[in-house]
Amino acid sequence: DGSLLFQQVPMVEIDGMKMVQTRAIANYIAAKYNLYGKDLKERALIDMYVEGMFDLNELFMYYEIQPADKKEQHFANMMDKATNRYFPVFEKALKDHGQDFLVGNQFSRADVQLLEIILMAEEFKPGILAKFPLLQSFKARISNIPTIKKFLQPGSQRKQPVREEDVPKVIAIFY
Amino acid sequence: MSRKPKLYYFNGRGKMESIRWLLAAAGVEFEEEFLETREQYEKLMQGGSLLFQQVPMVEIDGMKMVQTRAILSYIAAKYNLYGKDLKERALIDMYVGGTDDLMGFIMMFPFLSAEDKEKQRAVIVQKATSRYFPAYEKVLKDHGQDFLVGNNFSWADVHLLEAILMVEEKKSDVLSGFPQLQAFKARISSIPTIKKFLEPGSQRKPVPDDKYVETVRRVLRMYYDVKAN
Repeated sequence: DGSLLFQQVPMVEIDGMKMVQTRAIANYIAAKYNLYGKDLKERALIDMYVEGMFDLNELFMYYEIQPADKKEQHFANMMDKATNRYFPVFEKALKDHGQDFLVGNQFSRADVQLLEIILMAEEFKPGILAKFPLLQSFKARISNIPTIKKFLQPGSQRKQPVREEDVPKVIAIFY
Repeated sequence: MSRKPKLYYFNGRGKMESIRWLLAAAGVEFEEEFLETREQYEKLMQGGSLLFQQVPMVEIDGMKMVQTRAILSYIAAKYNLYGKDLKERALIDMYVGGTDDLMGFIMMFPFLSAEDKEKQRAVIVQKATSRYFPAYEKVLKDHGQDFLVGNNFSWADVHLLEAILMVEEKKSDVLSGFPQLQAFKARISSIPTIKKFLEPGSQRKPVPDDKYVETVRRVLRMYYDVKAN
């Protein structure tokens, strides 16, 4: 009925708009609620971090829909990227400035997204933060922020990982 | 002291081309360093220049920026091509997301086998004519303005023109059902900075060829088969 600009979801009705395109929606929410840094340069840094996280998230997302003979290789690749490409960058960022948050000494969407991706990675491999002490304390710290803490509790709108038995349904709808 | 932005990438389109377009549209001169060898790439990585060990990388305003989207957003905001407020920015982000997805179908094209190329050409044309072009045609028809967002030239217009030209390279008459887009194409192409970028001798890159594919594979050691999505 014309609600989906490019015939795709996600779609979010917000402030009189029917927004599509994940990044557009996330950008809008982040800017509106002051989670996007204080100036252009902080936004640039947040964007760089967040885009890296999107790339890793995509690897996680595609794992469930891999054919059986490709799953193991995909798993190895995504774990390798998490521990050798992405996590070291965020560990170093925290180490270099010694602050509580990734960018500008202030809570931002980069922190939210990093926590999300850490938790997803741990669902795949529980000890994955073993070599990243600063990410471990980051995880504890951000998880304690009241709004985040509430979201992490049972009964919130946070969703579960896709179940194996639902994968064929997802594929049928979207692919 | 204001140095020109410097782009680090292969001598070809890939993910850097949208950045070249946007800088050119904004009238910003830029320099380029082309990756030809594995050694150059490893040197960049070892020097700590590539945050996630990937290119594109753009040196701009004292930063070594990576991640195409981050770079484009920064340039758009800096040169006033990102709308006048949050809501215009939201629209621009939505439209750019669409053209990004469309160009994504084309980006892998040179890496496909001959047989997959034919299939992918059909996919590109189908997506363009049934999903993306109708959306932008309607936007232009509904407000009747010259530009996609806010009656002002923006990143969304540059990106759409780039996408239109790329799809036309795959099927030259692909705009035949889209009169608004035809007029849009003519209009945006005449903007002086864009017009200059479309002329021979500019830093715009040609359609990728086998040499480009070979260079990318060699530098990135990307020898696996690329499958269409």
